[in-house]
Amino acid sequence: MALEKSMAAIPEFLSKAELLKQGAEARVYRARFLGRPTIVKERFRKQYRHPLLDEKLTHRRTVQEVRSVLRCRRAGISVPVVYFVDYSSHSIFLEEIVGSSTVRDHIASSPPSARCEGLEPLAERVGQVLARMHDEDVIHGDLTTSNMLLRCGPEDGVSELFLIDFGLSYISALPEDKGVDLYVLEKAFLSTHPHTEALFQRLLKSYAAASKKSSAVIKKLEEVRLRGRKRSMVG
Amino acid sequence: MTIVIGFEGSANKIGIGIIRDGEVLSNPRRTYITPPGQGFLPSDTARHHRAVILTVLKEALEQAGLKPADIDCVAFTKGPGMGSPLVTVALVARTVAQLWGKPLLGVNHCIGHIEMGRLITQADNPTVLYVSGGNTQVIAYSERRYRIFGETIDIAVGNCLDRFARVIKISNDPSPGYNIEQMAKKGSQYVELPYTVKGMDVSFSGITSYIEEAAHKMISSGQCSAEDLCFSLQETVFSMLVEITERAMAHCGSGEVLIVGGVGCNLRLQEMMGVMCEERNAKLFATDERFCIDNGAMIAQAGWEMFRSGQVTELEDSWITQRYRTDEVEVTWRD
Repeated sequence: MALEKSMAAIPEFLSKAELLKQGAEARVYRARFLGRPTIVKERFRKQYRHPLLDEKLTHRRTVQEVRSVLRCRRAGISVPVVYFVDYSSHSIFLEEIVGSSTVRDHIASSPPSARCEGLEPLAERVGQVLARMHDEDVIHGDLTTSNMLLRCGPEDGVSELFLIDFGLSYISALPEDKGVDLYVLEKAFLSTHPHTEALFQRLLKSYAAASKKSSAVIKKLEEVRLRGRKRSMVG
Repeated sequence: MTIVIGFEGSANKIGIGIIRDGEVLSNPRRTYITPPGQGFLPSDTARHHRAVILTVLKEALEQAGLKPADIDCVAFTKGPGMGSPLVTVALVARTVAQLWGKPLLGVNHCIGHIEMGRLITQADNPTVLYVSGGNTQVIAYSERRYRIFGETIDIAVGNCLDRFARVIKISNDPSPGYNIEQMAKKGSQYVELPYTVKGMDVSFSGITSYIEEAAHKMISSGQCSAEDLCFSLQETVFSMLVEITERAMAHCGSGEVLIVGGVGCNLRLQEMMGVMCEERNAKLFATDERFCIDNGAMIAQAGWEMFRSGQVTELEDSWITQRYRTDEVEVTWRD
């Protein structure tokens, strides 16, 4: 009786919350939790998947996400605070980064004067943050400009760069995995923001300078890039 | 009025098709089928194509009721694909183009699939999932390029399915994928298999080597049947494909999905994609085996678009290539 009641509590809470968006993985809501502005990420059941596969995947991704976010936080990387996790509904209650916009919107938006940070310094900052993350052996797994938030500081103040959406993340020290992580970002970056090759190079340079283990990673990145082109057509 | 003939033979299907302003006038095809447990090798495949290509060419013209003089342009697959079959077909295309005095057009095989899919389904600007034995890509059109948003970082999904078919020695007639689909319908037990999605990309080599190694053990120990494995393999790899397609759609804000390529014939894949689309209020577009599977008309259709936008391939540029990226082509016929 008590279990059923508690299991019904989350869906009931969410039904009153404001649905922000429905991503590929989860519904994202805005609510207040413990008196704070909160984002609730609810991984819902994917009907197209076999139920056993769906449960295994959803659980694994919820756990991975929370673990990686906490690990990043301990290393001083800006990520949302985790307030609460409910494994029956696969919901994660996170700090809402109020007053932020995605790096994607930032790059895509109009005149430079409207932005709180120029594109080059932004690219450098992203490189630095990713270097710190990889030095912690956290592989994000889904790096895109939609998964980075920029919160503008006060006029002339420093803006803060947050990483979000760690659902595909895992822990690995391998340069190969870090290289693939950067490759995923490169592809997402260049396909979403055409003609920004120079900007991305800036990002990589900044990454290489900031990370202690970067040379092996950059080398792997170059190898992985070629793999896409040299892919064999025969089985 | 523009009439284009298209030659396709990059893998084990040899097809020649004729298109007149969006109408498929003929589309005959032959498939090189190997015995169970065997894949098709380049030289044998090329030999098969050489043996039948002139017959298929005659059929294409007869069924369309046309003479060579009626053709405006000769399109052929420039790549990607297997070397010797591509050469065999390109040779014939070059020869007839010169014999008939018609311009040549080298077409990207992947773009052939996309343009045929767009023509048949009339989808406006879909996220395209192109899945076959040789390719697995999620493509979206942007600024004069078919950009690859996600793809396999190792082998194609069709390749994974074909190799599994060889391991359990099921027939390759009409295609290994078709037979796996039929067996999967009789499977019921879900067996956990490796699931690998990396951002917008997928990887099939892990699940392939896992299932190649474990299949016989699992079946002989009675843990599960071959049908159960077919079922589980489909559920797993198709889930991966639906996932990366959905990610691309979420990223681009797209409301349409178009599935092309031989694996696109699979009704279970179409069903799963349909469920995903319904949940997002998106529309699903798919074609049937006439156009999903490699065929000549799709090359003719892409050729028709390219020709009408002013492109032509000079003889000295009509070489074939095994590796030809979808995003290398400038899509001059769309804005």
